[in-house]
Amino acid sequence: MKKFVKMLVSSAVIGAMAFGMCACTQTTPTAAPTAAPTDGTTAATEAPTDAPAADGLIKVGIINNDPNESGYRTANDRDMKETFTEENGYEASFFYSLKNEDQIAAAQKFIQDEVDYLLISAAGTSGWDGVLEQAQKAGIKVILFDRTIDADESLYEASIVSDMAKEGQQAVDWLASQNLSEYKIVHIQGVMGSSAQIGRSGALDDKVAAEANWSIVTQQTAEWSEETAQQIVQAVIDSGETFNVIYAENDNMAKGAVAALDKANISHGVGKDVIVIGFDCNTWALEELLAGNWNYDGQCNPFQAAYIDNIIKNGVTEKVVIMDEKGFDATTITADDVANYGI
Amino acid sequence: MTSSKISARGFFGKLVRNQLFIPLVALLILVAINLFADPTFFKISLEPSSTGNLILSGNLISIIDNASELAILAIGMTLVTSASGGQDISVGATIAIAGSMILRFVKMVSPDISGGKFAAIIILSFLACVIVSALFGAFNGALVAFFKIQPMVATLILFTAGRSIAAWINNNDNISINDTRFGYFGNFIPGIPVPTPVFITAICLIVIALVLKFTNLRLYAQSVGINASSSRLNGINPKLIKLLTFIILGICVAVCGFIKVSRTSSITYSVIANNIEMDAILAVALGGNNLGGGKFNLTASVIGAYVIQFLTTTLFKFKVSSSEISAYKAVVVIILIFISAPVIRNWIADVRNKNLASRKSKIGKEAN
Repeated sequence: MKKFVKMLVSSAVIGAMAFGMCACTQTTPTAAPTAAPTDGTTAATEAPTDAPAADGLIKVGIINNDPNESGYRTANDRDMKETFTEENGYEASFFYSLKNEDQIAAAQKFIQDEVDYLLISAAGTSGWDGVLEQAQKAGIKVILFDRTIDADESLYEASIVSDMAKEGQQAVDWLASQNLSEYKIVHIQGVMGSSAQIGRSGALDDKVAAEANWSIVTQQTAEWSEETAQQIVQAVIDSGETFNVIYAENDNMAKGAVAALDKANISHGVGKDVIVIGFDCNTWALEELLAGNWNYDGQCNPFQAAYIDNIIKNGVTEKVVIMDEKGFDATTITADDVANYGI
Repeated sequence: MTSSKISARGFFGKLVRNQLFIPLVALLILVAINLFADPTFFKISLEPSSTGNLILSGNLISIIDNASELAILAIGMTLVTSASGGQDISVGATIAIAGSMILRFVKMVSPDISGGKFAAIIILSFLACVIVSALFGAFNGALVAFFKIQPMVATLILFTAGRSIAAWINNNDNISINDTRFGYFGNFIPGIPVPTPVFITAICLIVIALVLKFTNLRLYAQSVGINASSSRLNGINPKLIKLLTFIILGICVAVCGFIKVSRTSSITYSVIANNIEMDAILAVALGGNNLGGGKFNLTASVIGAYVIQFLTTTLFKFKVSSSEISAYKAVVVIILIFISAPVIRNWIADVRNKNLASRKSKIGKEAN
């Protein structure tokens, strides 16, 4: 019942907004005036309306990166598909590409299709101004998720992002809280220049520069690849250098690093010689944490759909929404955490 | 006395023109740099791993181990290059497909099964994967041989689509095999201190050596690559030969895919064997083979593959920073490709010959 009311209210709101934006829409006023939407000033001046039940679905065009890109993206896409369903009051169309131009072309197509909302996870940061202006003229609201773009803030409603620097900072703070007498770190980076790499490397670099007992044994990019990470750590071990921390910028690279440690019979995990830090919270990685083989895993939250859903149905509160992201410690993680946060 | 000197120079000229010269010199230079910088680079030790096996470890072992996939790919790539005069750029993507297939087959059966059954499943899934990879190879080959599409364009199709197909095979799941026995093929078999991929590579090299020795594949591939129409007039079917080389490459890809997924017992569709096609082409080029087709030297390509891995490991060892590593690689590659270019090598040989000739005439004059 509650759900039904919610749906009725939301569809009424959308109907009102649609009316506000497009005066020629023919709708029969049926329902009572609803709770004012955030930009309700325009809607409130128009006659209170409710969209007919058949048209009650909110049309959203979702432009995302290729779900095969990574486990993160797969989880993200699944989350989107589960949230934007007809039961939840949406009519969703999806488009995937890793190419900015293709994404922009798809956005133009969605605008022609007259969607109500355009949800974009942009492949590149630039080149979006034109199409966003078109969307604004057509009265289509744009919400960015996961990635920001270089465009004027007025061109989009909200952007829901991860703060990679914060993720890195959380991990570094956790590492500092371990109170080791000396930190000798093998730092395995992601693809250079990616936002995840910049954020996660930045926090560590700052800390190493600031603290006398923190040092980097090696800092290399494995470009998210498990095998390359393994080769890098293998090369460090073969050169006979000692280290006590592996800071890998994603779970796969941490896994590769651990494989090299296993080969050389170096113990790792809770209370062992080497501390292992990964990111992204893949389910299998959290299981490693649960087993005590790794020490820490930083979350990169792929579940933006609920935030977007909330914004569409309840209005914008902040322009830039930074998602809650956790960091899991192997000593405190529970099986529930693995089930809830694993991707 | 003078005659022995002359023959020595003649020997040098021959050496320079030998195809194995460049990759071997590159290898020696890398060895020398490492010896000079840090002799412990070559230290090999026999120590127990965390599972209690005694295993060999050290940079050299890492190099030989990690170059396996590339060496196997270099075999197929050299044949394709020779016969079609072009390269297959889809190998990275088709490795993803092959790996994904194997994981799917192995995952289908329950995890705890007895040794014999497990071996049977591994063999069967590997064979299935070989067939599928050979089919993908045949697809590429058919486009090249029958539709006369340039190899790079034809293989661009799978290059683009391959990783999506790989993800689709496993429903885009994060698959990993928990059975440690699956990892034997990419790591170590208990009781054997040498990494398994080294044996797999050796087997592949022996098989291809036997094939080249006892069949006319080498002659046919080269003659098709040099002049397809004249080889057709001589009773060779160029289309069939081109198709065959792509199928052989497909089989190499299956073996690589198997090693790759066994190394980690899992797969990341977008990252697995990333850019390996470029390294494989580079190995062929480093081996001094003409990328436009024709005569080839497999040994040189395979050594080229080991040179590339040697370089990678050396750069890791020297801790070249992440942002600079590709620049270093590029510089080395430019130098190697430059000196292995036939033009340069002919020029070197010409200079030698001229010296030799002037010396000979000098000697002649002195004798008069």
